[in-house]
Amino acid sequence: MADMTLTLKIWRQKDRKSPGKFVSYTVENVSEHMSFLEMMDVLNEQLIKKGEDVVEFDNDCREGICGMCSLVINGRPHGQEHGTATCQLHMRKFNDGDIIVIEPWRAAAFPVLKDLTVDRTAFDRIIEAGGYTSINAGGAADSSAILVPKSDAEEAMDAASCIGCGACVAACPNASASLFTAAKISQFALLPQGQTERKRRAANMVAQMDAEGFGDCSNHAECEAVCPKEISITHIARMKREYFKAMVFDE
Amino acid sequence: MKLDSKIPEGPLAEKWDKHKFDLKLVNPANKRKYSVIVVGTGLAGASAASSLAELGYNVKNICIQDSPRRAHSIAAQGGINAAKNYPNDGDSIWRLFYDTIKGGDYRSREANVYRLAQVSNNIIDQGVAQGIPFAREYGGLLDNRSFGGAQVSRTFYARGQTGQQLLLGAYSSLMRQVAKKQVELITRSEMLDLILVDGKARGITTRNLITGEIETHMADAVAICTGGYGNAYFLSTNAKNSNATAAWRCYKRGALFANPCFTQIHPTCIPFSGEYQSKLTLMSESLRNDGRVWVPKKQGDNRAPNDIPEDERDYYLEERYPSFGNLVPRDVASRNAKDVVDDGRGVGPSNVAVYLDFADSINRLGENVIREKYGNLFDMYERIIDENPYKTPMMIYPAVHYTMGGLWVDYNLMSNVPGLFVLGEANFSDHGANRLGASALMQGLADGYFVIPYTIGDYLASNSFDKIESSHEACQESIALVNDKMDKLLAIKGEKTSTEFHRELGKLMWEYVGMARDEAGLKKAIKEIPKLREEFWQNVTVSSDKDLMNKDLEFAGRIADFLEIGELMARDALDRNESCGGHFRLESQTDEGEAKRKDDEYAYVSAWEYKGDDKKPALHKEELTFENVELTQRSYK
Ligand SMILES: Cc1cc2nc3c(=O)[nH]c(=O)nc-3n(C[C@H](O)[C@H](O)[C@H](O)COP(=O)(O)OP(=O)(O)OC[C@H]3O[C@@H](n4cnc5c(N)ncnc54)[C@H](O)[C@@H]3O)c2cc1C
Ligand code: SF4
Ligand code: FES
Repeated sequence: MADMTLTLKIWRQKDRKSPGKFVSYTVENVSEHMSFLEMMDVLNEQLIKKGEDVVEFDNDCREGICGMCSLVINGRPHGQEHGTATCQLHMRKFNDGDIIVIEPWRAAAFPVLKDLTVDRTAFDRIIEAGGYTSINAGGAADSSAILVPKSDAEEAMDAASCIGCGACVAACPNASASLFTAAKISQFALLPQGQTERKRRAANMVAQMDAEGFGDCSNHAECEAVCPKEISITHIARMKREYFKAMVFDE
Repeated sequence: MKLDSKIPEGPLAEKWDKHKFDLKLVNPANKRKYSVIVVGTGLAGASAASSLAELGYNVKNICIQDSPRRAHSIAAQGGINAAKNYPNDGDSIWRLFYDTIKGGDYRSREANVYRLAQVSNNIIDQGVAQGIPFAREYGGLLDNRSFGGAQVSRTFYARGQTGQQLLLGAYSSLMRQVAKKQVELITRSEMLDLILVDGKARGITTRNLITGEIETHMADAVAICTGGYGNAYFLSTNAKNSNATAAWRCYKRGALFANPCFTQIHPTCIPFSGEYQSKLTLMSESLRNDGRVWVPKKQGDNRAPNDIPEDERDYYLEERYPSFGNLVPRDVASRNAKDVVDDGRGVGPSNVAVYLDFADSINRLGENVIREKYGNLFDMYERIIDENPYKTPMMIYPAVHYTMGGLWVDYNLMSNVPGLFVLGEANFSDHGANRLGASALMQGLADGYFVIPYTIGDYLASNSFDKIESSHEACQESIALVNDKMDKLLAIKGEKTSTEFHRELGKLMWEYVGMARDEAGLKKAIKEIPKLREEFWQNVTVSSDKDLMNKDLEFAGRIADFLEIGELMARDALDRNESCGGHFRLESQTDEGEAKRKDDEYAYVSAWEYKGDDKKPALHKEELTFENVELTQRSYK
C-alpha cells in the first residue's frame, strides 16, 4: 500500500483549568507499518519544527502492557481493534484520506491534565483501599505450602491481566470503574491468599470507587467490549457477590 | 581512589548470614526518625520502598509515570529464576550461583551472586503470599520452565506477563504502605539532580511533569532504582521513558559508573522495519524452549519459509551447540544470528532476520499447548507483522535489551557516595558481562525486598544527620543547575528535533558499540559522539513551554544525557580489549569465533569517575577474585 495522508481532529487543552477544543492537522507519508503512536510521533515532529506545542499523550511501553496509552479514537477507547491497546493499533487498519478524531478519556474522575493526557490516580487510590494482601517482606511461608487448583490460578490470572488503563471507565455511559475494581477483587477472591481480608477488601474498594466519583454499573457491558485485555464482566458479578457478602456478614 | 567492595570474610555460603549479624540495627522505635528517598517504582524501587516502609522508615517514592504500576518492569515477559528445585532436576543454590557467574562470563563478584541465589527462593514465597497468580500444574503446585544458559527448569512464570504480575505484587505492597502514610508517593516527577551535603547523598531535585515546577526533596539516604540505559541506542526493547538521567546525574556528582560497555543484545526481537520506528519489541526468550532457529543454507534464498525443504535449512544453533541447542545464552544466540545474516543468509523483507519456527512443537504438542504457553506473544507478533506465527515461522533479530553496567556499588548496594544506594538494573552488581534470562526480575526484587532493608539500617545507624532545609545552598545550587540546562535547551531554537539526534546517536552506537566492536570503530565513536553532542547543543529545537506538561522538553534533557553516556560506553569498550559475555571485541576471539576472555589482564570491574565536561573520565579498577569457581572458557557446545 502507498503511504497515506490523514486528517487528525485532536482535542487540545492547555491544562486542567483551561477550556479545550478540537484542532485539525494533516499528516502525510504515513506508512501502513507504523503504529498509531508512531503516526502521532510524526505529527509531533512536524509541530516541533514549526515551533508549535506538541500534542501531549501518555505512552510508555508501546507493547500493550503498561496501561499508559489512552486515546479515544473515532469515539472508541483504544480504537476499533478488539482486544488491542492504542499503542498496538497499526495504521494498516486505516485508509488514505481518513479523518480520525482523537480525544482523551472522558470521565469526571479522570480530569484532563493537558491535551490527551488525563489524571488516573483515582485507580491507585482504589488499590490503596484494599487491593493487596497484608504480608510484609520476609514473613512468607514456603511457596509450596499453598496449593492452588490450576483452573483457579488461570481465572485469577485472567483477572490480574488488567493493565489499569481506564478504557472501561471511558467507554461506560456511567463512567463506572467496576471492571477495573472487580478484576482486582476477583483475583484475590479466587485465590487462597486473598481469603483472610476478603470482606474488608470488597467493602473498602467499592466504597473508594464511589468516593472517587465513578458511576454505578448498570450492565451496559461497554467496558468489556473495549478492554484491551478482554477482562470479562463476570468479574463484576463476582464483585457484586463479594460486596453483598461483606455487607451482610461482618468479619 | 580505593574501591572497597566490602565483601564479608568467611566461606561463600556463610557470608551473607554473618554479614547480616554484623550489620548495625536501628531499633524499631527509632526507625520513624529516618527518611529515605526511593527513586523509581519498578521491581527494585517498589519492593525497596514498601519493605523500608514496613520496617517503619519514612519513605518518599518517586516515578515518572502517572502510576507506580507502569514502571518498565511491567513489560518483562518470560519469568523469574529461583533455586527451588521443584522439578527435582538437580537445581540448588550452588547451581544457580554457578550458572549466573558462568553466564556472566566471570565478570561479577562471587559473593554478590551467591547472595542473589540464596534469596531467590524467598522472592517466590513473597510473590505467592502477595497473591501473584503464577502458573500452576494440575496438582496445584507451581510450574517451571527452562530458560537460556541453564540445563534445569527453574524459571517461575505467569503466562507471558511475569514482570507485570511481580510488579503488581510489589505495587500492591507499596500501596498498602501508602495507605498507612508510611510512603509518600510522588508520581509524574523526574529526578534531574542529586543533592550532596558534606559529601553525603541527602536529596534530589525533581521536575514536576504536570506543572513544570522544580522541587527539592531531602532525606537521610537516597536509593536510585531507575532502571537501565539501553535507550542510548535509540531503538531498544525498553519503554519510551526509560532513561539514564538519574544515574548519570549521580555520576556527575561523583558516583562511579561501572562497566558501561556491558550491554545485552537480546536474540529474539521483532526485526526493524523502517525509519519511523520508535522502539523494538521483544519476543520472550522462553519461545526458544519450543521454537527452532534456522536460516536457509543457500545465500539469498528468497523462497517463502514453508517452501524451503528441511534439508535446505540450517538449524545453526542446534548444529553448532549440540548440548544447549536453541537454549544457548543470549549473547551467543545474538552473535550467531548476526553471523548468518552477515553471511547473506538473512530472511524477511530486509534480509536482516532469522526464523524461529514452531512447526515441530505444534506437531508434537498440538496448537493448543503452544497457545496456552505463548498465546499473548503470538498475538503481539501478529499485530505488528500481520502474519500468523502458528502457520508461518516468526522472524526475529537481536535488539538492545538490558544494560549490565550501571552505578558502582559495594556489597551493601551503596555507591562510593555515602548514602547513595543503587538497586535493580541501575546498578552493575550481579550479572557480569552477560545477564541470564529471568535473572533481572530476581535481582531487582532481591535488592529491594531482601538486601537493602538490612544494609541501609547499618548506614543510618552509623551516621548522624542534621536536618537540611530547601534553602540550603546545596539545594539552591542544584535548582540553578537544573534550570540552567533547561533554559539552554529552550534557547537554542535550531533546526533538528531531539528525536533526530537520538536516532543518529543510536545508529553510531549500534554500528560501533553494538554486537561486535573493534578498536577502529570504537575510536570512531569516541570522535563522532562528541561532534553530534556539540551539534545538538547548537541546533536542537525543543517545544517551548517550561511551565506546562512538555514531553519534548523531558526527552530533550534525557537525550542530552544519552549523548554523554554513549561516549563513556565506547571508552569503556575500547579499554576492555577482550571479549566477554555481551562485549565482543573482534580482536579477541577463539579459532572457532567464540568470545575469548583475557583473565590475566581484564578480570576487573571498570569504574569510571567523572572529571569534568571537557576532561577524560578516570578509570578505577576493582579486581575480581574467584575463590570458589574455576575460570574456564565458556562452552555451550
Ligand atoms: C521487554 C522486556 C522483557 C523483559 N523480560 C524479562 C524477564 O522475563 N525476566 C527478567 O528477569 N527480566 C526481564 N527483563 C528485564 C527486566 O524487566 C528489567 O531489567 C527490570 O524490570 C528493571 O527493573 P528496575 O526496577 O531496575 O527498573 P524499571 O522497571 O526500569 O523502573 C524504573 C523506575 O524508575 C523511574 N525513573 C526512571 N528515571 C527516573 C527519573 N529520572 N526520575 C524519577 N523516576 C525515574 C521510572 O519511572 C520507573 O518507575 C525484560 C526487559 C524488557 C525490556
Ligand atoms: S479492566 Fe480492561 S479497560 Fe479497564 S482498566 Fe483494566 S485493562 Fe483497562
Ligand atoms: S503504551 Fe503501554 S499499554 Fe500502550
